Amino acid sequence: MLETLKANLLSPIPLAFALGVFARLVKSEFSLPKDIYSALSIYLLFALGLKGGVELSHASFESIVAPAGVTLLLGCITPLTAYAGMRYVGRFNASDSAGMAAHYGSVSAVTFIAAQQFMQRVGAPAEGFMPTLLTLLESPGIHIALAIGAIQRNRQLVAGGGSADEHGTLTEVLHEVLTGRTMILLVGGLIVGYFMGEAGWKAVSPFFDSGFKGALMLFLLEMGVVAGDRLGDLKKVGPFLLAFGILMPLAHGALGVALGLWAGLSASGAAVLGTMAASASYIAAPPAVRLTLPEANPTYSLTAALAITFPFNILAGIPIYYDLAQRLAA
Amino acid sequence: MLTYPFKLVTIIAEPVLEPRITQELRRLGATGFTVVEGRGQGSRSLHAAEIPGINVRIETIVPPDVADRIVAYIAQHYFTDYEVIAYLSDVSVVRGDKYRTPSKSGGV
Repeated sequence: MLETLKANLLSPIPLAFALGVFARLVKSEFSLPKDIYSALSIYLLFALGLKGGVELSHASFESIVAPAGVTLLLGCITPLTAYAGMRYVGRFNASDSAGMAAHYGSVSAVTFIAAQQFMQRVGAPAEGFMPTLLTLLESPGIHIALAIGAIQRNRQLVAGGGSADEHGTLTEVLHEVLTGRTMILLVGGLIVGYFMGEAGWKAVSPFFDSGFKGALMLFLLEMGVVAGDRLGDLKKVGPFLLAFGILMPLAHGALGVALGLWAGLSASGAAVLGTMAASASYIAAPPAVRLTLPEANPTYSLTAALAITFPFNILAGIPIYYDLAQRLAA
Repeated sequence: MLTYPFKLVTIIAEPVLEPRITQELRRLGATGFTVVEGRGQGSRSLHAAEIPGINVRIETIVPPDVADRIVAYIAQHYFTDYEVIAYLSDVSVVRGDKYRTPSKSGGV
């Protein structure tokens, strides 16, 4: 276990991330130009979708039904547990709790990619259809959490003598989340990849496959800078959120691993599913929450997701979920 | 050259609000607008986006009554919960009709 943790820390992704954080800590002027950061995320998401689509064309329907089912189940459970943890253990208000639940109920694609890379490194790649599961986990958590938040808020407004307000209609949020870059590139990539198949993939893989790991490292470098930017906010959010940002992923990760194995995934597949459940969205969730629950403090959710949970998963979480999956599978 | 007095409305907001505000500008009677992305920090230092410190400046030139409606709309909907400021300045323009919606000026 310790060996895996150590080996993971010295692999490209954590090292690049750490360098980014370091650059911010020493107040270096370095940061990736915003447009390059965007371009890299487009490249990574689309490459992930394409590859996943090609793999999906090999997968049998039966092999994917049960894993897809438990993924959707996870998407419904994780926002509820995150909400309950925030509201009843952390004593946060309904909006802040729901905002946090939207982040932790959704998924971070980069964390997912890091998990896949980890499985490749230890020589046990996960099932090829995992990117398909990623797309299933992206949106339900956000909608469930925002629905809870909207219901709670309207109840308070009506109780206070006001009327239910017009913030963020359901259709607006639905549109925001379903047409976000993650969904377009991932779902679109899956479909394109599925139809173009192995032959099509061969033609584009020099670009989308050969450069993938390098692009990922550059992206993680900038993620380090972005996370490092928020380290100052850690003082603002207090000890509860620090604990929440580590314990919540551990709980969700264990649940994901257990459900994954139960649905018939390999130990690696279950570990990747656990990582997905454990990760917190910081791309799709923030704007959706901002538009629907504007009174929720974004500093809480983004700091927890970016400065606590993301580094935790990259540095320690993934090896832990993998170890857990192997033990449970044995 | 003959110029007409108009108001320049400047709104600086979190990027997430851009689609809503620009859509609303049209409805309130603006004939056009410009959006510029920039960096900065507001009084609340909210980091409301994945990349912190990005904000947008939305500008539109409108008749005074439209300017008042726009500022009232921004104040009512966004001042409580979002990082937004809005202010007016006096400007002089040529082609005054260009900045009025056709229904008011009788067609441009």
